[in-house]
Amino acid sequence: MVRDVAVIAFAQMPNVRGETVLNEVEMLMPVIQDARQRAGLDQQQIGFTCSGSTDYLSGQAFSFVSTLDGVGPWPPIQESHVEMDGAWALYEAWVKLQLGDVDTALVYCYGKSAPGPLHEVLSRQLDPYHVAPLWPDAISLAALQARAMLDAGKATEADFAEVVARSRRNALNNPNAQLAWDRHESDLLAEEPLVDPLRKHDCPPITDGASAVILAAGDRARELCDRPSWIRGIDHRIEPMALGLRDLTVSTSTRSAGEKAGVSAGPVDVAELHAPFSPQELILREALGLGDHGNVNPSGGPLAANPVMVAGLTRIGEVAQRIMNGTASRGVAHATSGPCLQQNLVIVLEGDG
Amino acid sequence: MADEFGVLSAPLIIEYPFTRTTGPVIGAFLTGLREQLLLGIRAADGRVIVPPTEYDSATGEDLTELVEVGPGGVVDTWAWVRHPMPKHPLHQPFAWALVRPDGADVGFLQAVAAGSIDAMATGMRVRPRWAAEREGSIHDLECWVPDP
Amino acid sequence: MAEIILPPALEGVELVRSVRTPARMEYTYTAGVATTRFLRGLADGRILGERAPGGKVYVPSRGADPQLGVPTTEQVDLPHTGTLVSFCIVNVAFYGQGMEIPYTSGLILLDGSDLPLMHLIQECPVEAVHIGMRVEAVWVDEADLGPTLESIRYFRPNGEPDAPVAQPGAGVTW
Repeated sequence: MVRDVAVIAFAQMPNVRGETVLNEVEMLMPVIQDARQRAGLDQQQIGFTCSGSTDYLSGQAFSFVSTLDGVGPWPPIQESHVEMDGAWALYEAWVKLQLGDVDTALVYCYGKSAPGPLHEVLSRQLDPYHVAPLWPDAISLAALQARAMLDAGKATEADFAEVVARSRRNALNNPNAQLAWDRHESDLLAEEPLVDPLRKHDCPPITDGASAVILAAGDRARELCDRPSWIRGIDHRIEPMALGLRDLTVSTSTRSAGEKAGVSAGPVDVAELHAPFSPQELILREALGLGDHGNVNPSGGPLAANPVMVAGLTRIGEVAQRIMNGTASRGVAHATSGPCLQQNLVIVLEGDG
Repeated sequence: MADEFGVLSAPLIIEYPFTRTTGPVIGAFLTGLREQLLLGIRAADGRVIVPPTEYDSATGEDLTELVEVGPGGVVDTWAWVRHPMPKHPLHQPFAWALVRPDGADVGFLQAVAAGSIDAMATGMRVRPRWAAEREGSIHDLECWVPDP
Repeated sequence: MAEIILPPALEGVELVRSVRTPARMEYTYTAGVATTRFLRGLADGRILGERAPGGKVYVPSRGADPQLGVPTTEQVDLPHTGTLVSFCIVNVAFYGQGMEIPYTSGLILLDGSDLPLMHLIQECPVEAVHIGMRVEAVWVDEADLGPTLESIRYFRPNGEPDAPVAQPGAGVTW
């Protein structure tokens, strides 16, 4: 018997190229306070706290765990954290709530990509014997995937540019977006490639950011929120690490996660997809059966702001927010991790009535 | 060093010497590289996987049969790096590619010193350029070059 | 694990058993506002703790009161004397070590602080170091002061009679 769990609050900080004044704890505290305030809860009333980040972004051991200072974990709290995007911290919190001993959870995540050599840092997650010693950057890996899409006839460079133009135009309506502009596709296609076939604008910006979500179960959600964003389905699948073992033009793990989360069990009013590189949005649309759905990444998506360790939870928050404020009834959010969409989490959210 | 708000910052360097044990399968692959040989491993369905994995990625069973592949191969997909980063394997513009050695069913990530983007094409043939000094690491395979 | 089958070309060859995979990455660490205040204080010959309204005094502060989860907004100029609440005598050489062994590393609860500060204990034979010992900071020459904990060279016994030290956890309830 699955317990009904909902997102009842979402908060994020404005996404910036580099937060050079505040340290991670100072940066994160207002976001956590905002989320709790929106839910009308203080820390002592929250049953479980789970967070996502990684010490490798800051280069300091225990930097992630030390952000608990900003939570105010006293009296002692039930807490866990994952070396992943906050979307996975949310998944763990959802599982915890299923056990029935707590009714609310705080999920937070943050990442400062600016202080370190982000591309070198991300390469540390690759095969340590055969791939990491070559230090391939994330743009190069995504470019391999983009070339595979072009060779397979599944997309053109113009299709990539369309994703870019639409995402950054949508971002003009998002006060938290880092990169927002209105440029025509032909203008974008005239630019020189960065790592062929990707152009700079096909790639996400480097972002420092943080976001937080409050989850609540059953009646507790109804007490705290007029219109909870219920989690109707959640699933996570992973593909092999080696790029050669995968078909880079399809995301079989996203398709599988989407089926198990029940994406097609109802209409999708809004979708927020964690596609840091423009060709990946096309791959994810196909995997989730979204086709040419007209309301993908209204926030601008990761092309507008891509705080590593945060962008996935923010996708979930953006869908949940639209359900909570009544502009959508049912939506899909997706989070990814690993090179070229290696592992994917899909979540289906729905409001009452 | 302080920024315009007077907040202090400082360089921070993390460095790990790391020596990793390889086990017999990865050890065999790296031994092959030292000997200028490419090895793959036969998967449960008969496909040859490069680099060899200790397990079948679909069934999870142990894999044991190492086979020689190459010496040449084919580019399955590629990307052109106009501005190599400091730690990249090559310092002039080059291509990353998934290179599938002859006899293998799977490509693996390598650098191709093609000279110019015009020399790159999916499906092109390439051959390895071995490092002069080899010690049993992925760096023994310095890069690949076009083999028309 | 089953035994692997090597191809003929590798028969009799010495097999690789390990591989070096060094990694080095360079970052720029931002101290943040609170830590900057602490470090600038040291450059001025001061030890600054911080507290949030109604909160405990923390030194050094990272900007948050870890019990209340709110920013520490008040600075507290702490005296340079305190009580040793714990210590460790280091006998093992390690990579990057600068001190002659054995040496003592101590947790010093400065008078008025609620959080002990870690630093070196010197001018005291290691056998004589003990919990409750009263210590004082020894600074570098004024010309050498900088935004670093190394502006304090070490702490040394100041001759005052021992002070009582609370048992860890004593009186803590929730």
